[in-house]
Amino acid sequence: MSVPRYWRETRYRYRLIGERCPGCGAVYFPRNAVCLECGNRDLVECNLGEVGAVLTWTVIRNPPEGFEKYAPYVVALVELDDGVRVLSQIVDVEPEEVETGMRVEAAFRRVREDGDSGIIEYGYKFRPVIE
Amino acid sequence: MRRVAVAGVGLAKVSEHWSLALKDLFAETALKALDDAGADGFDAVYVSSMCAAPLQGQLHLGTMMANALGRRGVAAMTVEAAEASGGVAFHEGVKAVASGFCDSVLVGGVEKMSDGLPGQVIAAISMSEDQEYTSYTGVTKVGLNALLHRRYMDNFGVGPEEVAMFAVASHENAVGSPHAQYPFKVSIDRVMASPMEADPVHMLECAGVGDGAAAVLLVPAEEAGGEVEVAATSVATDSYYLSGRKDILTFGAVREAASRAYKASGLSAADVDVLEVHDDTTISGVLSIEDLGFAEKGKGAGYVAEGNTGRGGEIPTNTFGGLKARGHPLGATGLYQIGEVALQLRGDAGPCQVEGADVGMAECLGGLGSTCAVTMLRRA
Repeated sequence: MSVPRYWRETRYRYRLIGERCPGCGAVYFPRNAVCLECGNRDLVECNLGEVGAVLTWTVIRNPPEGFEKYAPYVVALVELDDGVRVLSQIVDVEPEEVETGMRVEAAFRRVREDGDSGIIEYGYKFRPVIE
Repeated sequence: MRRVAVAGVGLAKVSEHWSLALKDLFAETALKALDDAGADGFDAVYVSSMCAAPLQGQLHLGTMMANALGRRGVAAMTVEAAEASGGVAFHEGVKAVASGFCDSVLVGGVEKMSDGLPGQVIAAISMSEDQEYTSYTGVTKVGLNALLHRRYMDNFGVGPEEVAMFAVASHENAVGSPHAQYPFKVSIDRVMASPMEADPVHMLECAGVGDGAAAVLLVPAEEAGGEVEVAATSVATDSYYLSGRKDILTFGAVREAASRAYKASGLSAADVDVLEVHDDTTISGVLSIEDLGFAEKGKGAGYVAEGNTGRGGEIPTNTFGGLKARGHPLGATGLYQIGEVALQLRGDAGPCQVEGADVGMAECLGGLGSTCAVTMLRRA
């Protein structure tokens, strides 16, 4: 992982920043140059909500290179309360305890390491909300 | 625009070809296609491959293959559209011949997946998705399909066995298929007893890892006097991100590509006699059948489970085993599908023959349905 490639995404990943179309209100995460709904090119940055529910989920048992030490892990399509959807790992929960509709919130976590001496990547994952 | 014919077909057995390099496997297969057409040359070669770069570190396949085939001087290029590379390369080849730019185009796909370790192959396949926001989560291609699979069961009240029957149906059709990787039947019990790959998707619901190459020769139909003609080709795209789709259980790219192909050919789903769809996991096969117009939304799994896609069924589908049983060598897959449809229309499908097939369709997907290539062929 090159330093600039990691660095340029940190603000979006660390703070869950997407882009909103001022014309039609559509929200994009990740950011998009042009609104897919109305063609507007002047999208503005916005913070996503940080709480939502699991729409659908899976357990990754045969991971890609770089994720071996985390397997098995849960990946879900999360629908935030403002309607925006985010693909994310779900952590702090055993795979067999995950359910569709489960309430989850964003958390800041380690994502993966680039070998013994490379960058340690951080970013968002989601975890169950403790009611 | 000129009408275009498929003059020759070459298909390698999908297998672990340990002793063959990319160019060996490609050349062997492309020469079969040329021999089949009775041709010795071509004006241009379009090579489709998805993972030669990450697995072999190899770019510039077009020129490499032109050289391997002894055709110094011809135009050459590589087409990459993830797992849809084969279908998209075919589309480009058809455009070149139809427009009159070329009189003879070789379109061939090749993949050597067995050169990679399992984690490398899974990571290479994940390259079809955005590395910064999708693969970044650690999700695999099967994992993305699993998200659809669970949602499909939740939404439509469909049981896991019903979806898994797609794999059973594909294996049943593979029996006797000369180039299939797994030409044998698999029972539903065995599928359901196989380990979870990405819950709720079992290992035996997923296409395996294999090496393969497939090639076709395209020429103007009026010169060929051949038996198989291109009725339509189309390529369409959808939101690149699953999170950007309002209805995740509809492949918008499949609907769009199919509707363009039906319009261009003047044919409809009811006219199709043989169908090849992209079942890299069972759910993508099910959604494909629905979005191409062969079953209602939410009814595709049941439609397949009832036997409608068998060789003697209402719409024989994946007649040589599909991605699950014939095999899924990524960038070559779309050309296997097209080659198989051509063999069916010619009556050269051997034990896999569907009697009286006049019109065939092939659909392949890149990424999680974000690219779709549809090809329709008919007997000339």
